[in-house]
Amino acid sequence: MEKKTPLVEMKNISIAFGGIHAVEDASVDLHEGEVVALVGHNGAGKSTLIKILSGAYKRDAGKIVIEGEEAQITNPRDAKRYGIETIYQTLALADNVDAAANLFLGRELMTPWGTLDDVAMESETRKVMGRLNPRFQRFKEPVSRLSGGQRQSVAIARAIYFDARILIMDEPTAALGPQETAQVSDLVRQLKKDGIGIFLISHDIHDVFDLADRVVVMKNGQVVGTASTKDVTEDEVLGMIILGKCPPGAVPGPGALQSAAAA
Amino acid sequence: MAEATSEVQGQGASASSSSAARRFLKATELDTRMLGMLGALTVIWLGFHFLSDGLFLTPRNLWNLSVQSASIAIMSTGMVLVIVTRNIDLSVGSLLGFIGMVMGVTQTEFLPDLLGFGHPATWVLALGMGILVGAVIGAVQGYIIAFLGVPAFIVTLGGLLVWRGAAWWVTSGRTVAPMDTTFRLIGGGPQGAIGSTWSWIVGLIACAALVVSLVVSRNQRRKFHFPLRPLWAEGFLGTVGCALILGFVWVVNSYPWPSGIVRRYAEENNIAVPDGGLFIAHGIAIPVLIALGVGVVMSFITLRTRFGRYVFAIGGNPEAAELAGINTRWVVMKIFILMGVLVAIASAISTARLNAATNAMGTLDELLVIAAAVIGGTSLGGGVGTIAGAMIGAVLMQSLATGMILLGVDTPLQNIVVGLVLVVAVWLDSIYRKRVQ
Repeated sequence: MEKKTPLVEMKNISIAFGGIHAVEDASVDLHEGEVVALVGHNGAGKSTLIKILSGAYKRDAGKIVIEGEEAQITNPRDAKRYGIETIYQTLALADNVDAAANLFLGRELMTPWGTLDDVAMESETRKVMGRLNPRFQRFKEPVSRLSGGQRQSVAIARAIYFDARILIMDEPTAALGPQETAQVSDLVRQLKKDGIGIFLISHDIHDVFDLADRVVVMKNGQVVGTASTKDVTEDEVLGMIILGKCPPGAVPGPGALQSAAAA
Repeated sequence: MAEATSEVQGQGASASSSSAARRFLKATELDTRMLGMLGALTVIWLGFHFLSDGLFLTPRNLWNLSVQSASIAIMSTGMVLVIVTRNIDLSVGSLLGFIGMVMGVTQTEFLPDLLGFGHPATWVLALGMGILVGAVIGAVQGYIIAFLGVPAFIVTLGGLLVWRGAAWWVTSGRTVAPMDTTFRLIGGGPQGAIGSTWSWIVGLIACAALVVSLVVSRNQRRKFHFPLRPLWAEGFLGTVGCALILGFVWVVNSYPWPSGIVRRYAEENNIAVPDGGLFIAHGIAIPVLIALGVGVVMSFITLRTRFGRYVFAIGGNPEAAELAGINTRWVVMKIFILMGVLVAIASAISTARLNAATNAMGTLDELLVIAAAVIGGTSLGGGVGTIAGAMIGAVLMQSLATGMILLGVDTPLQNIVVGLVLVVAVWLDSIYRKRVQ
């Protein structure tokens, strides 16, 4: 596993917005069938880092390597070509159109005459939503009328429908109840078994230890450290998040507290 | 077949008397908002008919109403897309004037010098020139809005001044007339209508298309085992749709040519005029036929193409559309190109109808076009609007104007009424939307 080429390597990524370094010299990697959790305070740079991978932001420095080859990702279309799918924290749904239109947004199914094949899209949507949320019936309504959980399942359906190799989940359970959260956890394990690499951004440290193989802690735009969830405790990870203190079980990053690293 | 699972959450106050109406609406899947608008139009028509002692609902008035609505209706279809993507276009009136001047000069000055006077290709070259100019200007405005990031309000406000000035510049303010004889047919009039036989043929083709589309969509849904409309609802939609189409054809075929034109026509063709006078029907006017064609094409674009889907997605959530990989800037630019082309078509109709191009033509049209789109249900917040609604909105505005002229209402009062109607209509619409949500 250690010797295999990682699915994704983000190397020395930096981005600044008007003088503020949102992400500074951050490096993370992800292997096939692995779940890597990104944790940290609000504004630590997790979402920004991940939006660089999904093509929403353009990085100022650093490079992205996918399966050993440098990838050119400058917009969301590029990212999707590399099999990178994203579930955004804001869900990024077009509220005024229905579930099928959202699921296939940007990748519509067409009839042989070059027109939208709405019936085929609705049929596929019924299939994939049937797996995620069997009771979902409101296929004809704009997604603005759906509940938070239903909207979330539309966003998840969109990410998994197109055979993603790399899945980015930014707070995927934020709008969900306990039962639906458990469903998402099952889904993550299923996708992991299928060999998909998953970046998981979460505030819920229990979720992280439950699902992730490794955890990357960020603070003030820098990586504090990376650790296997087997080698560190929840308290140690909290210490990394709050103080930037890197425990012995973790590999320190540029953002680690210097005195702690020396000690 | 599978019944549609009723999952309307109990609203508590649902009265049993309205449940039949609700079942009917659910079965036919008719848009209640559209029905409301047609209802308002009916009330306005009946009201004017009553107040004017039977002058409004006559074949002659309705035929003129349809011709007068055509230009605004055509532009309003493009304005729907503009407003749906949270933009606005204030330049359409001035642009209509400028393109009218360009087409006028092309057919009265350039082409006669080049091809000789009255060349049969004059009209199509002039029209093509207008459409080209419209597309180029739309592209320039769209580029500035989409790629340079200047707000559409500012760009098109600039356009409003620029193109009105440019319209004057073309001939230093001189009116250009008369137009090419073939070109004039675009504007309507006794010659610019397709006659009764062709009108019936067009009507029957439209009915056939309606029935075929109902059958095809039902078969498609059955193929995928989706819930189907009850058969009686399909039959109802087909019958009412065909009745409206054929009713319209019947009305325009009931409006005869004026007696003077009939006499001249009879003399030229050596037809003996019988005692009661010769009845030659107008039929559907060419500008109306163009407007209906534009409506069909634009509806197709918005509902059945990728481009249309992207327009609505951008209107609903621009950021989501961008993240879904849509090239949102290019889509916006294309909308403005389309708007320019539609303005050129509308301009051809206005110019041909007036048989002259003047630099003041189309003044304040931008406001009528925006009002038509908004009354037709296009939300200025973006993401919501229909082509059919906007076209009905255009007819509604024109009905008010025509009706008040028939009643002899003074022009200032007409403007007051139109202004109030616009505000009240949008207010009612916002109430309706809140209740639906």
